[in-house]
Amino acid sequence: MQVNVKLFASLREGRFKTEVVDFDSNSRVIDVMNKYELPPEEVAICLVNGRDADNEHVLQNGDTVSLFPPVGGG
Amino acid sequence: MKIYRVNMSKLSFTMEAVPEEWRLLGGRGLTSAIVAKEVEPTCNALGSKNKLVFAPGLFAGTMAANSGRLSVGAKSPLTGGIKESNSGGTAAQRLAKLGVKALIIEGIPEGDKWYCLHVHKDGVEIKEENELLGKGNYEVIHTMTSRYGENTGVMTIGQAGEHKMSLANISVKDPKGHIRSAGRGGLGAVMGSKRIKFITLDDNDGAGIEIKDKEKFKNAAQVFNKGLLSHPVSGQALPRYGTDVLVNILNEAGGLPTKNYRYGQFEGAENISGETMYDTIMSRDGDPTHGCHVGCVIRCSQTYNDKDKRYLTSGFEYETIWAFGAGCTCDDLDVIAHIDHECDDIGIDTIDTAGSMMVAMEAGLLPWGDGEGMLRMIKEEIKEATPLGRILGNGPNFTGKAFGVTRIGTVKGQTMPAYEPRAVKGIGITYATTPMGADHTAGYSVTANILKVGGHIDPLKKEGQIELSRNLQIATASLDSAGLCIFVAFAVLDYEPVSHAIIDMINAQYGVNWSVDDWFNLGRSVLKTEMEFNRAAGLTEKDDRLPEFMEEQLPPHNTVWDFTGEELDSVLQF
Repeated sequence: MQVNVKLFASLREGRFKTEVVDFDSNSRVIDVMNKYELPPEEVAICLVNGRDADNEHVLQNGDTVSLFPPVGGG
Repeated sequence: MKIYRVNMSKLSFTMEAVPEEWRLLGGRGLTSAIVAKEVEPTCNALGSKNKLVFAPGLFAGTMAANSGRLSVGAKSPLTGGIKESNSGGTAAQRLAKLGVKALIIEGIPEGDKWYCLHVHKDGVEIKEENELLGKGNYEVIHTMTSRYGENTGVMTIGQAGEHKMSLANISVKDPKGHIRSAGRGGLGAVMGSKRIKFITLDDNDGAGIEIKDKEKFKNAAQVFNKGLLSHPVSGQALPRYGTDVLVNILNEAGGLPTKNYRYGQFEGAENISGETMYDTIMSRDGDPTHGCHVGCVIRCSQTYNDKDKRYLTSGFEYETIWAFGAGCTCDDLDVIAHIDHECDDIGIDTIDTAGSMMVAMEAGLLPWGDGEGMLRMIKEEIKEATPLGRILGNGPNFTGKAFGVTRIGTVKGQTMPAYEPRAVKGIGITYATTPMGADHTAGYSVTANILKVGGHIDPLKKEGQIELSRNLQIATASLDSAGLCIFVAFAVLDYEPVSHAIIDMINAQYGVNWSVDDWFNLGRSVLKTEMEFNRAAGLTEKDDRLPEFMEEQLPPHNTVWDFTGEELDSVLQF
């Protein structure tokens, strides 16, 4: 299945902004992090299709996964 | 400490002792207490009965990091209610060093002369001013710095303040001679109504800051300062990307208000994002990080240069970039930076100016996304105070009425900032209920809704939002009274020793024995004072509501604003 992976802020360093990638069906958010050597403790916010998701969330074909380090503002 | 009082009707100055009831107030707590006590709530905000109050926070001038925020208070010509607008810059610490707990300006001079004030250790001089009338804030700051030297504080109004527009702000010189603003609520118009073009501050030989137990204060301040630096948001993310890093996350979460709040996502988000801004600043030899006041360790501000590597603007904030960007569907960061520069120079709030532009686009005065057109309207209409400029300069509601537009994203006349209430529901509660009019900083629920700081509450659901907003509004009213930057909240919410350090610093500096309850009671009492003023001014529960169009579904999550009036009325019941 295909998953749209989007990285932001410092997570982009040495990686990419956005990529459409093939994953095995039933892959989870943690599998995406592992593929790109993103330590889970460096990922503060994970959204799947714009909604909060945890590392064990099982992905579907066509999902968008957006990963952020700790960020803030206001 | 003392109170400096200037009466512009009599052109007189008095120095007063601080009443006991104000001793443990500072910043917003003090400006709101003074306005509530001395200003008739029903008065005309631009008339002689309104007063303009400047107050440093409780910790101003001490070694506590990020404690140099300035509060400016008055009755607001934009909202019709009480207003505290908060700014960085060097003024608060100078007032504190002079031993001035508050500077109160009252009355309106007879005749049509303009004045400037010079604040120093012996009082305030009131002088006639002609040279800088009609000039922008940058020229005022440069001229005053040349006249009095680098080590001079400046608070000034631009052309918009002179014309008493409701968008007019008060600009404050920052450590680099650039501009920070007490932006919201039209306080520049109040200063203009008193015919004061600028105020300079000389803190030489000031009385200094009294700290009862210096050793205890130092120890607590060290815990506090270290906590700010060790939190990943205030220690790493904000210094690097500034606040604009929020564009992408709000866009991904479907909460970036786009095209006057029609959508929650903007196609051009990446072009105006913090990541793009950082790369642009670095490629043009700008400065990605500096503080808005001495002692700021977070340093979320920056210097943004143009394509020729010349200074263009600084303090270039997420809310400004959202407002003229996604709000008006313009994805050109350079044009938005030009607009930011002009807004600073003319002295107008960026969020509410963009609110007027959104209404102007609804009315067909400008095409959607026309950044150059917005820049032109600001320079040729608002700055010149043409009839159209005066309409736009009096805010989105005024503009909407003039052009028959009903889709206006305001609460109490003030524009809802960069977080969609239907997709970040906690912030909608704050917009509706804060006594300030729509103001994200009054109870920044984005922390738990989106940023996962201080816990997590699903932004798309109703559960937990009322309590979240209430608690944050109380805590913020306390922080604003201490003169602390709102960004200390990331560490305060996540690290208990940091929040305890604040109480320890109060006890050490003022020789009291406050508990955590006393700290939050301060915030509750500030909010109560402000709400009572608003009720007496004629604002009612129906003013604590979001605009009607919030009932429409918002893509991509297709959520609606679904809080009842009763629920909203319960938010600040305590």
